[in-house]
Amino acid sequence: MNQSYIIGAIVFWLGAWAANEWLVRRQTGTRFGSRAISLAVPLLFGISLLVLWEGLVRGLDVPKVLLPAPSAIWDRLTSSLPTLWADFRQTFLKAVLAGYVIGCGLGFVVAIAIDRSSFLKRGLLPLGNFVSALPIIGVAPIMVMWFGFDWQSKAAVVIIMTFFPMLVNTASGLAASGHMERDLMRTYASSYWQTLALLRLPAAAPFIFNALKINSTLALIGAIVAEFFGTPIVGMGFRISTEVGRMNVDMVWAEIAIAALAGSAFYGAVALAERATTFWHPSVRGG
Amino acid sequence: MRWLSEGKTLPVLTVVAAIVLAWYVGTFVLNAPFERDQATRAGTEIGFSQLLSRTMAQERPVLPAPHQVIEELWDTTVAKKITSKRSLVFHAWITLSATLLGFAIGTVLGVALAIGIVYNRAMDKSVMPWVIASQTIPILAIAPMIIVVLNSVGISGLLPKALISTYLSFFPVVVGMVKGLRSPEAIQLDLMRTYNASGSQTLWKLRWPAAAPYLFTSMKVAVATALVGAIVGELPTGAVAGLGARLLTGSYYGQTIQIWSALFMAAALAAVLVMLVGVGERLVMSRMGERP
Repeated sequence: MNQSYIIGAIVFWLGAWAANEWLVRRQTGTRFGSRAISLAVPLLFGISLLVLWEGLVRGLDVPKVLLPAPSAIWDRLTSSLPTLWADFRQTFLKAVLAGYVIGCGLGFVVAIAIDRSSFLKRGLLPLGNFVSALPIIGVAPIMVMWFGFDWQSKAAVVIIMTFFPMLVNTASGLAASGHMERDLMRTYASSYWQTLALLRLPAAAPFIFNALKINSTLALIGAIVAEFFGTPIVGMGFRISTEVGRMNVDMVWAEIAIAALAGSAFYGAVALAERATTFWHPSVRGG
Repeated sequence: MRWLSEGKTLPVLTVVAAIVLAWYVGTFVLNAPFERDQATRAGTEIGFSQLLSRTMAQERPVLPAPHQVIEELWDTTVAKKITSKRSLVFHAWITLSATLLGFAIGTVLGVALAIGIVYNRAMDKSVMPWVIASQTIPILAIAPMIIVVLNSVGISGLLPKALISTYLSFFPVVVGMVKGLRSPEAIQLDLMRTYNASGSQTLWKLRWPAAAPYLFTSMKVAVATALVGAIVGELPTGAVAGLGARLLTGSYYGQTIQIWSALFMAAALAAVLVMLVGVGERLVMSRMGERP
């Protein structure tokens, strides 16, 4: 009877694959139809992955400590919502959001501040590029030592992690406007600030949004990893590390599901804001 | 002297000097309260010059001075035997080996997946959105679990850490290679068609060479994230060995100098790895006939 789970899952997977192969070859002609197909195909793939996971775990009798089935994770998720909500509030609503806003804001402001000095730009940007490639996450223990166990230290880690991508991207975005356009602004006798506000910042928007998107993932990672180094008894990173120790792997997966949901929603919100504000850009227009 | 005034060297050096200066000031400001506290407890007055010299040489400072960190780095890399557990080179090597293994697996996997995505429409439509979505998941959060779980089934040591590095490094490679393999223009692909080239011939003679610059760019990102993965992967195993373990034991016992030296070692490692990929890039590109 165990084998029936495996066979069922594999059959479902093959069926979904065949359906996908069939779907992508269809020409609907209408815009709505092609849109629906491009939505349905990844959805079907995701569902088939879940079914395969469930079937294999059940069929092969994988112990729960190793890999719980999706249904078990869902059970745990729905039964411990209050704990998950408290962790989410501590990690995401306090540490991540505060750090993200301050870090991105600082990066943006510094990029504008050094914009007029070519000396500072030449000095800071190579360093910023260099620092972006470093394992900044390592400052987490130092920040925990300086700012204590509560969310402030996590926010500090997030600030440091998000600052440099924002700085580098904004700076290269400010250099993105063309010569012709800048010359046009000059012929209008516009001041530095007018050129900045009306031409260069809008031209930099795609770069800035790129940094915002990169940072949305970095911020969550930074806050969670920083909690491994010490935290009050609440928070997503804390829950993950303690429940791993107690071998409650289904709780860990529930926490990860929440983190994934929060991360995707965060990214999605930034992407939507990008669509709304940089509707003129070719990558958004699809032109 | 033109290169001095127009190049990047002078500005970068100036900024670095400013950072070092700010660091020293910070050391003084952050460490002074402790010394003042000590002085009042001992019932003695403490002069400025004394305060200055003492804040620079604390054993467990809030912020160690740069020369203390450099001293510790020198002490743990050159002065100790490499096989010693207190040698930073020993720990760095453990982290580096996990990084390299994970990076290699991740790159191969990423390239394979990218080829699949480019050649199979169903895969492109179904896998690609999930590859992107998988990166909005804070994957490092799973790191401790992967380590502990694999440990409990008897797989320990290098591989679990390398797997985390793999996961992190495979994403930039997939995205970069999909872009790179699609970078040949329609006119070039049409030429291959007129030659009656097969799929694999088009891949090896046109798409693969065209994707080389993209591959190296994404490999630079991938090797840096692979290092982060290896370091975080070392956190939950009870801090046995590796740079991540040095960070964790340092934070447990308040050894700030140890944390900072591990941090600098990690930074140097990242810089060297990215530079090595850059050197490889230049070699390959010049063999392919690119002139700078």
